[in-house]
Parts: sequence; C-alpha cells; structure tokens
Amino acid sequence: MNEHAAHRRSFSGDIVVADNAAVCDPSGALYFPELGLLVVSDLHLEKGSSLARRGRLMPPYDTAATLLRLQSVLATYAPRIVLSLGDSFHDGEGAARLPAAFRVQLEALMLGREWIWVAGNHDPDVPADLPGSCVQEIAIAGLAFRHEPSRNAVPGEIAGHLHPCARIVQRGRSVRRRCFASDGARLIMPAFGAFTGSLNVMDHAYRGLFAWERFMAYMLGDRQVYPIASSLLRPG
Amino acid sequence: MTRQEHPIAQVSQAALPEPFVKWFAERGWSPRAHQLELLGRAQAGKSVLLIAPTGAGKTLAGFLPTLTDLAVRSKRKPGEAHRGIHTLYISPLKALAVDIERNLGRPIAEMGLPISVETRTGDTPQHKRQRQKLVPPDVLLTTPEQLALLIAANDAQRFFKDLRYVIFDELHSLVTSKRGHLLALGLARLRKLRPELQTIGLSATVAEPEQLQKWLVPQNRDAALADLITVSGGAKPHITILDSEQRVPWAGHSARYAVEDVYRAIKEHRTTLLFVNTRSQAELLFQELWRVNEDALPIALHHGSLDVGQRRRVERAMAGNELRAIVATSTLDLGIDWGDVDLVVHVGAPKGASRLAQRIGRSNHRMDEPSRAILVPANRFEVLECRAALEANAVGAQDTPPLAVGALDVLAQHILGCACGAPFDADSLFNEVRSAEPYATLDRSTFDRVVDFVATGGYALKTYERYARIRQNKDGLWRVSNPRVAQQYRLNVGTIVEMPELNVRYVRQGRGGVSRGGAVLGKVEEYFAEALRPGDNFLFAGKILRFEGIRENECYVSNGSAAQIIVPSYAGGKFPLSTYLADGVRSLLSDPSRWNALPDQVSDWLRTQQEKSVLPGRGDLLVETFPRGDRHYMVCYPFEGRLAHQTLGMLLTRRLERAGARPLGFVATDYSLGVWALDDLGVRFKSRKPSLSELFDEDMLGDDLDAWLNESWMLKRMFRNCAVIAGLIEKKFPGQEKNGRQITVSADLIYDVLRAHEPDHILLQATRADAAAGLLDVRRLGDMLSRIRGRIVHKPLERISPLAVPVMLEIGKESVKGEANDTLLAEAATLIEEAMGPEEGSA
Repeated sequence: MNEHAAHRRSFSGDIVVADNAAVCDPSGALYFPELGLLVVSDLHLEKGSSLARRGRLMPPYDTAATLLRLQSVLATYAPRIVLSLGDSFHDGEGAARLPAAFRVQLEALMLGREWIWVAGNHDPDVPADLPGSCVQEIAIAGLAFRHEPSRNAVPGEIAGHLHPCARIVQRGRSVRRRCFASDGARLIMPAFGAFTGSLNVMDHAYRGLFAWERFMAYMLGDRQVYPIASSLLRPG
Repeated sequence: MTRQEHPIAQVSQAALPEPFVKWFAERGWSPRAHQLELLGRAQAGKSVLLIAPTGAGKTLAGFLPTLTDLAVRSKRKPGEAHRGIHTLYISPLKALAVDIERNLGRPIAEMGLPISVETRTGDTPQHKRQRQKLVPPDVLLTTPEQLALLIAANDAQRFFKDLRYVIFDELHSLVTSKRGHLLALGLARLRKLRPELQTIGLSATVAEPEQLQKWLVPQNRDAALADLITVSGGAKPHITILDSEQRVPWAGHSARYAVEDVYRAIKEHRTTLLFVNTRSQAELLFQELWRVNEDALPIALHHGSLDVGQRRRVERAMAGNELRAIVATSTLDLGIDWGDVDLVVHVGAPKGASRLAQRIGRSNHRMDEPSRAILVPANRFEVLECRAALEANAVGAQDTPPLAVGALDVLAQHILGCACGAPFDADSLFNEVRSAEPYATLDRSTFDRVVDFVATGGYALKTYERYARIRQNKDGLWRVSNPRVAQQYRLNVGTIVEMPELNVRYVRQGRGGVSRGGAVLGKVEEYFAEALRPGDNFLFAGKILRFEGIRENECYVSNGSAAQIIVPSYAGGKFPLSTYLADGVRSLLSDPSRWNALPDQVSDWLRTQQEKSVLPGRGDLLVETFPRGDRHYMVCYPFEGRLAHQTLGMLLTRRLERAGARPLGFVATDYSLGVWALDDLGVRFKSRKPSLSELFDEDMLGDDLDAWLNESWMLKRMFRNCAVIAGLIEKKFPGQEKNGRQITVSADLIYDVLRAHEPDHILLQATRADAAAGLLDVRRLGDMLSRIRGRIVHKPLERISPLAVPVMLEIGKESVKGEANDTLLAEAATLIEEAMGPEEGSA
C-alpha cells in the first residue's frame, strides 16, 4: 500500500544544548542564533580524489556537492562565525589537491566572516594555506568545541568524528538517517560531507558518551529534522 | 543449419573409435541417434546446439566428441611440454560440475581411456589451482566466473593453446543474465586465443533456438549459425490442476487450503518434488505439511538461504531415495540428478510455460515414460494462470525470455580483466567484443566510453588521469598501471551481486546482545532482519524462530512459538508471469465456453463478474471505478505482472495528482492494479478530466518516468549492483560487512552525487538499462500501453466487482513503499509528541 504523506505538526529544529539555544538544520549544520555561530563537522573535502589515489575512482564531484550544500546553509543563516569541526579535508594533502575553482569558491564563502578550522584526525595539520584561524579545540560561551568527543562526560561539549546516524523501523520498513546525537548536555554533530558514511548511535563507539534516558537522535529528513527518542532506535 | 532429424547417411559419418563400440556393446546399449549425429558434426568441424529433454543422454552426447578425440590422441612423450586444456565445460552451478565429474569418470575408467578430468570452482583449493596451471587436465569443468579469472591471467595463452571444444551446459539458463554476458565475452576471448575452437551448447527447449545457435558462433554478418540437433520431447507429461474440495482463496500465496490434498498426493507416490516460487512459501508449506504429517513421512526442505551443510545433507538423502518429499525453491531447477522422483507438485503460479516444463522435466529421467505433475494454484487468478500454463504445455509452447543486449557494467569488468591478462589494442578488442552475441551491436563511441571508465572513472571532469587503473602506452596498447589493480580485479570478478546478508545464529532467549550463541542455520537478507523487532516470530529453516537482535553480521534467534508466527512478506517480484501466459489468461477470461475446464467455484466467480460488471476482451483493458467507504477506487486488469503494475501505479498516481484527483495510494498484484483517491475517479474519467486514454497515454514513459526513477530506491539498488560489477565499489566479504561504516562510501551517496553532476555517466546509463528490463519492467509496460491504445473499457460501478476483490484484499497487507521514508520519520516523531507532549522536542 502506498499512502501519500499525511501532514503533521512539524518540529522546528530548535534545541537547547548546555543552556545554549541552537537550531538543527536538515543539512547537518548546527546554528547558535545568539552567537551568530554556525557549526559544521566532517566535511571530508576531496574524499573522492583521496580514494582515487588508491585505485577507487569515485566521482570527483564530492567537493562541489559539499560546497554547494555549505553555500546554501550559509545563505540561510548568514552566520558571523563559521566553525568547521575537524576532518574538513579527507587527508593531509586534501587542501593542496583542492582544484583552483573550488578554492576560489571556498574563499568566497569565507569572505566577511570569521572562520575557524578545528583540527581533526584526518587533517591534524589544519589547512594553513587557507584563510581562517586554525585551532586544536576552542571554547565559546561555555561550549567546548573539539573534533573527537572526550571519553568523560563533559557538559557543553560539541564534537564530531563519529558520524552519527540512527535507524528506526516503522510499518515494517527500516529508515536510516544521519542525525545530531544529544542528551541535552553534550552533542555530536552529523557528518556534513557528501561522501561521508555514518555509524549508528547504538554502536559501542558511543558507549558512555550520553545519558541514554535523556538521549535524542535528531534525524535528518529531506526538509526537516525529526526528534526520535532512544526507545525507538534500532542498532545496525 | 538444419532443423530436421537427420538421415542415417549423415549419422554414419561419425567415427566411433573401437573402445567405444565395445563399451556400448558390452552393456547391451547402442549410442543414440542424436549422440552420433552430434559427434559426426563436431568431427566435421561444426559448432552444435543440442536441444533435448532431461534423460536423453545429453551429457554423454556433449562429451562424446571430446572423449573420442582424446582416445585416439598420441601419447605425450617424456620431456615434451604439458598439453593445454583440450575441453572446457562450463555450467551455471558448481554442484553440476561436480556431478558431471562423477558421471564422466565411469565411462573413462571402464574404457581405460587416458583422459584426465578435473573441476575448478570457487571451492577448489589454491594448491590444486596452481597445479592445474602447471599440468592442465584434458577436460576442465568450471563456472563462468572461473573462466573470467582464467582468461585474466597472464598465462592464458599457454593454458588454452590446445583448446578444441567448449561445452556449455544448461545454455538456456546461462544466456539470459549478466552472467551470460560475461560468459559471451569470455568465449570471444577464447576464440581470439584459439580461432579454431568449436562450441557445443546443451539446452532445454527454448522459444527461439536460433538465438542460441547464434550465441555459440562469432558474430560476423555472413557466419553460419551453429548446427541444431533437436531431440523431441519423449512422452508428454501428465499434468493436472488440483481440484480441491476446499475453497480456493480470493488472494494470498500460501495455498494453505490445499495442504491436506498435497499430503495425500505425497502418500500415494514414491518421491514427490514440491516446487514453490519463494523462500517464504517454501518455509510455510514445509511447516504446514509437517503439521498434517501423521505418518511422519520423511519430508525435507531445500532453499538457497539454508546453511550449505544442511543443503548437502538433503541432497544426499534425496539422491539415496531416503526422502518421500522435498519442498524446494528454484535452487533445484537445474539439471542435477535427483533420484527417483515420480511426482512434481507445483504450488503457486507457474509464471511461465517453459519454466513449468523445465520444472516438470525434473520428475522423470526416463524420457519414454510420462512425467506426472499437479499444479496447486494459491488463489483464483492463479487457477486461471495454471489453466493457461497447462494448455501451453499441451501444445508445447515456449516462452523463454529473449536475450538481452549486453550490459555495460559487465563489459567494464571484462575490459579490466583483459588488461590484467595482457596489454590490449583498443581496435582489436572492440572487434573481439563485437564478436560476442550480446555485444554485436555495440557502437565504438560507447565502447570507448567504457574503456575511459575503466581507466579513469569516465568523468567529464578530467582530474584522475594520474590515478588511472589502465594506461595507453607509447606502443598504443593499454596496460594495467599497477599490480594492485589486477589483485582488486580478481577479488571482485563475477556478476552475481548478493544482497547484504546476515548469518542466522541460535542463542538462548532474551540473550540477544550478550551470548555468543550456537549453530548457524543459514542466511537472511539484511533488509529483512532489519525490519524485525526483538520478540517477533518468523519461519526459517523449517523452524519457528524468535528474533533476538542483530549483532555485527549476525541475526540472533531463539526457539519461537507457533502462537505468534509472522510470515515474511511475500517477495513475489522475482518472476512476473510471462507475456505468453498473460495473453493465455486474458483469452481464457474472454471466452466463457472454455470455463467448464475450471473448478466450479472459479467459473461461478467469473459468471458473477459477467453479471455485475463485464469481462474484458482478449486485447482490451478493463477499468472499473467504484466508491467504497469515503474513498473512490479504480481497478484495472493489465495482467502484465506485479513489477510492471507497480511502475504503472507510481506513474498513474503522479498523473492523477497533477489532474487534481487527489490520489491516496495504490496496490499492485500480478494481474491487476488498484488506485484510490479522494475524488470520484469514475466521474472524472467520464468528464475527461482526465480521460482514460489521456491517463494511460504512452507519454507517461517519458518525463514522468524519469522524474520518478531518479527518486526511486529501486534504482539506487540497481546502481549499486552496476557499480559493484563495473568495479567502482568493491564487493563486501564476510566479516568486513559492518566495520567502519562511516569510512566507506555507500553506493547511495555516489548515486546522488553522480546524478546531480553527471547524469549521462556510463554507469547511470547501465542502471537505466537494467531498470527498463528488470525490476521496473518498463519495456513490458510500454508494450502494454501501446497494445491497449483505443481499447480501454471503462465500467463505472456502484460497488466493488468480483474480479476486483483479490487486489482490494491486498490493500493494507503490504508495507509502505520506499518513497515514503520521511513519512515514516514523521510518524515516529509524532509518536513521541503524542506520548510526551510537544515540549519534548527540545532536549
């Protein structure tokens, strides 16, 4: 049976992390209106060419797709500060491989706003030859931004690295989507890049990071974000 | 080319060496006419297609040219180099190769012939493979995938230098898939290495033998086809349709109603083979038979998802005549020897006349005795289909599918394989590829694009030159750029892309995520396991299992209870009914004089339909409209199979939506399609808003189809297959399945990016070609739309008609289709809202 979507009250994407109001955008970006701060994580730019170097000839369009997505979300929120939360490039030479046209496009996006590159495990040496400042981690308004989530509970930590996704089963069908993972105290960002895979929030890798009873997965839909409680989530 | 049985004069030309004459005579046998004829033609240098029913001595016929040739060959002198392979035998199944090795061994041993016969399959140990390369056997029995590997090796030239015959067993089943495309390319390569080689094809009866005769020879404009030898079918099978006292259901596929009748039939025969169409039907029928098995008859289950050890045990028991009945899916379709079967029961719709004939052929290995078969329709429409199949069988009609044009993803794999074997010249490889039947019409620019894909991914954006997998050197030849490329190729060879699967493993109840568990029962598809909830019961391996959870690549189960079985949803999409049978069903419907051949309850059903509505003419499309509840329904009866109907349903709802008719959904069966809407569709069709001829216009296959296709999850799945075959993504191997999900690039992501940035990419082209022929059956839908133009009969009704009942019963049984992912998320999110209030949105 194929029923069309019924219209329902929709979730606006507004959440609170460690007392800061934020908006979960269905693109996978997180916006803090009071700070004028937009956070994206795990762009993995030049992943296609990184794999091609090792003989897997992925389409070379991932950087274009990711930048396009970034451009659109920047146009929506017009943030004062942009923070790229690590693994901005898929490997250490990614920034050097960036085709000239994309470099121009990226620099145009950076123009007129503060841009912060946080170091990631794929790009420990943050792209020094691009504009913007490079940091290992950074604290803003009581929030701590770092690439890899720390093992101990740190209230107000915003991290990336794990590429969270969540899965539900509804009416006999399974839906898996990238998600913001949060228990209200800390948050892990979904990966923003076009070629980035994802890891279920029920995987061992997340063990101990969240207070599970307060955990929500904010799953990315096509036009909005859907808040799903931990009781509905499935592994795999 | 010759179609008739041939005169003796021709036969006597066959030279049968003395040991053979003696061997036959000692056993009181004489060689059959077709065996000698094939031998004579092969000895005259011809390639031959032998079409013969099971039990006609096809295998011996196929090997006679080889055995006689090798029997008289001079001995290798000490110090002389080892000879290459003399004969290559290729079968679709590993098991078949093993079977043949056994069967050939006997005459060779009894005649004391100096002939070595060996198998080479995925199971052959490495040391044996290496030894085979050094000391090749005279006869090598293998599969299409192994052939691809052999020709991609750098010693292929030497290995095949003495090749004389290539024998293709079960050719009819080999040629219809991508596997057949790969095989045809392999044959072209063998011919390049050894232009004199001859082919021998062994096949069941097919609709168009010329296609196979052509397949066996190189594709030159004036080349002769392979010779044809046909052995006519022996005794006609005795087929009946089960006439049950029980009520035949309106809908469904379980045939549960007939279990008592089927059990009685098993009791009355020595050994019964029960065929069903899907795994879930097999599980259900097996369960039901054991429920009524008061005499504890040995009844076994066999399907491709069971653990291989379990399958081998069943096969051995079957061959040893220890079983009274075996419930099986198509894994047993092909020509393996199955002991002493005296009855075939076919449960569910046969789907094709040739398919049915081949399955029934299993029951008897003595071709002069008639085979006995009973068809058990699972619902009323299936009664009609069974009747049509039975009539087709009586006149010997064949409806095997036509051969498809060669797939481009397969070509990409082959080109890389060629480069792995030896540097190639593009012009010469192009000609070689065109000599293979599926690629005879390939144009040069497409070929060059595929070469470009193999080299650098074939992207318009030329950024990967320096990462090329194959490169053209100064001498103009293409070579692999790196030994690692050849290694990758070898791991990924083949065209069978498995759905991701999980092992089904026993654990103690309630211990899903904890204990390590017991025996593995077999495999289920990942998507199936993912939709289960812990505590759900399902049938598998003849047992009722309780789902405990998924951990890595394992699906944990414990013993379940019969009280709460849920049956896996019917995956009926595999084989749509053939066009031939569809026409048969329509013709039966339109001719009341033939209804007395049907069970009373079915002919009554049709007569009531005649009274309350109308029955469509053979070439017409009946469209009924009626209100029910607060909705308005339209049911049409194209009889083109569920896949084509599903595609039609998607396209019709799009159009109705645009016309403002507010459609809500649709459901498709093999026979009919139901669509429902908020607006009165009957009134709309009458006032031409839209008219039915507009609604069913063929132009829906243009933009509407493209727009829908691009969003379709089915297309994504097909893309994944093409990408794996073409070598863009690697096959998954056991163990690596669940690791590092965030590191791998999923096919879906590649598809999205490619579609946005390079919609004409060669892999998207290959995917669309698959869609047209495969899951979406677009080609068939197109044929149907053009057939019914000007022949649509609209019947507005007050209420549902008898013919509409089956499809209406399907509504609500099926889960929602893939497009509605966001709807499901919204529903899940709403559950929280309802349970916790809107405040819970923020954390």
